[in-house]
Amino acid sequence: MKLHVNAELREVQASTLAQALPELGFDCPALATALNGTFVPREVRASTELTDGDRLEVLAPMQGG
Amino acid sequence: MQLYGTDITSRLLLGSAQYPSPAHLTKAIAASGTEIVTVSLRRETAQGSGAGFWDILRQTGVRILPNTAGCHTATEAITTAQMAREIFATPWIKLEVIGHSDNLQPDVFALVEAAAELTRQGFQVFPYTTDDLVVGDRLLGAGCEVLMPWGAPIGSGQGLRNPDALRAMRAHFPEVPLIVDAGIGCPSDAAQAMELGYDAVLLNTAVAKAGDPIGMARAMATAIDAGRMGFNADPMEAREMAAPSTPILGLAELV
Repeated sequence: MKLHVNAELREVQASTLAQALPELGFDCPALATALNGTFVPREVRASTELTDGDRLEVLAPMQGG
Repeated sequence: MQLYGTDITSRLLLGSAQYPSPAHLTKAIAASGTEIVTVSLRRETAQGSGAGFWDILRQTGVRILPNTAGCHTATEAITTAQMAREIFATPWIKLEVIGHSDNLQPDVFALVEAAAELTRQGFQVFPYTTDDLVVGDRLLGAGCEVLMPWGAPIGSGQGLRNPDALRAMRAHFPEVPLIVDAGIGCPSDAAQAMELGYDAVLLNTAVAKAGDPIGMARAMATAIDAGRMGFNADPMEAREMAAPSTPILGLAELV
């Protein structure tokens, strides 16, 4: 299926969020996820099913004021 | 100073953005003596761009105050705060809800709404707000235990544009920790905030964009200490006219 990952269209084989992250190259533990604008806690990623066209945001620590 | 029950010694809160290099950031943190550093969340790249920064910051041992910078709605800010809490493992959140893209002025209505919801969810909210007393009251009513009014627009370095309003805020909220957030340019601006009785100053660009960020971090810390000491020492009242400081009594007649 196709997902909008950080505003970029990506193809994934995975069916859950937990599987999709390593497939998309996100291996670092210091990241947080939101699916279609809603926060998905780390412990819920494995039970979160993905649907074609979902918008996934993957955020990481960054410099800020 | 106590912020949400945590004892904090340094009255300087420092931002982590815009430094010439990561080494400048860590040295500026050390030179400033700060115990609280602000960070943000941005889209991760597949190369793991955020991990290196986070490792560097963790090694400094400072407390992390994540922000919701760039959010324009309460919903965005709440979701960002939830994501920040998971990554940084802290209930603290510097709540920014931007209302105007030119001056990065807070949208105080969405700010109050987001503050109430985040408090309900167990966050300890540090709201970036204006110097409006009524908004301050509403934020306290929403559960905030700290207020962070702006001194001037973010990144402008204009100093305290409205010291009268900041003074009124200090008088109106004598028991609330008040932190001037944004607008500081020079050490004298930070000292002025402290002389007004503010509990602390949060700044970023003034240090990061100085020619010598590490020297400026030290200067800001010194100015904040001096301003606080001056406030505690109860400054004299200003007066319109001169008053001789040297005694008149005993003045010689030499003409």
